[in-house]
Amino acid sequence: MARFIVRRVVAMVFVLFAISVLTFFIFNVIPAGDPAVRMAGKSATPTTIHAIRRDWGFDKPVYVQYVKTMGRVFSGNLVSYINQRNVIDEIRSRIPRTFCLAIGAAILWMFVAVILGLYTAVRAGQFSDRFLTVLALIGISMPVFWVGALMAYYLGFKWEIFPNGGYVPLTDDPVDWAYHLILPWTALSILFIGVYSRLLRSNVLDTMNDDYVRTARAKGLSERQVLVRHVLRNSLIPIVTLWGLDFGAVLGGGAILTETVFDIQGVGQYAAESVSQLDVPPVLTVTLFGAFFIVFLNAIVDIVYAYLDPRIRLT
Amino acid sequence: MATEPVTDYALEGPAAFELEAEREHVAGLGPSRLALRRLRRNKVALAFGALFLVIVAMCVLAPVWANRVAHTGPNENHLTDKVTVGGETKDVVSPDGVPIGPTWHGRYFLGADENGRDIAVRLLYGGRTSLQIGVAAALITAFLSIIVGLLAGYFRGFTDTVVSRSLDVIWAYPVILLGIALGTALSLGGLHIGPISVGSDSKLIPIIIIGFVYVPYMARPLRGQVLGLREKEFVESARAQGAGSLRIMFTEVLPNLSSTIIVFLPLMIANAILLEAALSFLGAGVQPPTSSWGTLISDGVEKIITGPHLTIAPGVMLVLAVLGLNVFGDGVRDALDPRAKIRLEH
Repeated sequence: MARFIVRRVVAMVFVLFAISVLTFFIFNVIPAGDPAVRMAGKSATPTTIHAIRRDWGFDKPVYVQYVKTMGRVFSGNLVSYINQRNVIDEIRSRIPRTFCLAIGAAILWMFVAVILGLYTAVRAGQFSDRFLTVLALIGISMPVFWVGALMAYYLGFKWEIFPNGGYVPLTDDPVDWAYHLILPWTALSILFIGVYSRLLRSNVLDTMNDDYVRTARAKGLSERQVLVRHVLRNSLIPIVTLWGLDFGAVLGGGAILTETVFDIQGVGQYAAESVSQLDVPPVLTVTLFGAFFIVFLNAIVDIVYAYLDPRIRLT
Repeated sequence: MATEPVTDYALEGPAAFELEAEREHVAGLGPSRLALRRLRRNKVALAFGALFLVIVAMCVLAPVWANRVAHTGPNENHLTDKVTVGGETKDVVSPDGVPIGPTWHGRYFLGADENGRDIAVRLLYGGRTSLQIGVAAALITAFLSIIVGLLAGYFRGFTDTVVSRSLDVIWAYPVILLGIALGTALSLGGLHIGPISVGSDSKLIPIIIIGFVYVPYMARPLRGQVLGLREKEFVESARAQGAGSLRIMFTEVLPNLSSTIIVFLPLMIANAILLEAALSFLGAGVQPPTSSWGTLISDGVEKIITGPHLTIAPGVMLVLAVLGLNVFGDGVRDALDPRAKIRLEH
């Protein structure tokens, strides 16, 4: 176990380092242009440009710039190129919004997908199974921002059933908080419900043929007990794995499209807005933030996996 | 999807006999023939495949619709024009800027946008862009994944470590963030690698980005398969005959990867079309004045209050195309790999 943790931490540091270099490379090498000129804006005096250049090390080789910028990431005084606001503070203030969106949606999609997957597997081949399977396929074929925009327009703006955008902190009013997040949670969950329910359906169908299920039936367990205690338990393992990975991605600001279309002002939206302004510091920091969650949850998933399935050894 | 028996217990009576009969008939047919037969029996998958082909045909025939039926091009403005619908004359764009909705007639079949451009015509031309990007990006992903998967899986050792770790890095990079970062950077400076130079507003840029971003998702399973295949007897016998590494990789191992590659392609095209839409929505995909389904939805979302048809029309078109590919791709997977070992995780 200790070896596993050490290996994973080393791998994680390596991946995060590579990602930071890659991000830095994308913005500083590919578009041939002086970041200082971009930072200073269109109507800048040569003196301002020069000052910025010296301050950030843009007159030095790329690796010096990289080291300077990464130093600022870790000392927490990295500021945006565009509005000079502190990036770490900005991200910190947006984390609750992103986390609320991610946690709520992850619970919702897992819950609905398990029910749907189990139901369609039990009814395999019947009309209800085919109907729901088609629905699931439609779910994975829809761009999330399109569904989100239509939901916000019809349910939020036109029929006024739900609030049209906006966010209320949980600590202010829990009911209003949930009420404001219902549409984003639903929009974000649709794709995952489609993927997970289909995966669970085929896993359940596979598991039903296993010997131990026959044994369970033979020893006289009710169909319900067989399904929930024996079939579902084992069919869930790959889904839990996938859930961990997707949950990590969404926690790290991966729900950029949902955040943008509902204007949640989360971490992902911050990154998207910064990218369009070529504001490297926020993009770099959010990317590291997001990648951290992806890699971290990946390691957690491996541990959980080994726990659920004793045949797997952690190395 | 087809009426396959769900469990072994279902195989009683006539069903069991049918399966027995099928087994006899099956003898002597090659795996690809069998797969084709299974696919041909899956009517749902075929119907959705046909739906996709119909959409492709519609987009290919876009100029015919534009010239013969709608009498306008995709980028022609008609701000002050009037159109007669059922004997009633209406402004294409009303004085306070509200565009006409669907007329369900030749001109402005699906309405107009705020510049008086015909949405149906733009939709068909935009579909051309989206489909081109989807197909080209999927081919790039497949090409890169095959090369990378073959090299890593065949040579193992150091090559594998380098390739696998690089894939890990791309994989851990949040997909959309990587897409928009590359998209924004490249759409400003263009892409210049040695003699190859791509203009900053070229369609090639989203193609390259999308093709690149999805490589880990396809290369990883391919690598795994190559690792297994290289230990097989036929590879050993090829080596005994004096075949070099390159020859073994491309004439012995690669053909055995073909079913995996075929399974991946439709699903990859579907995902590429979706990612194009997402990148265009965030301003890092197709650059104006070129239209695609993604840019049309993105434009529509901005004006959803004055004209919801601007959002609905391109979205429905995109969903139908992607749905067609997904259902067909599912059918292909079931046909080629009935045990469903290959799975594309988005």
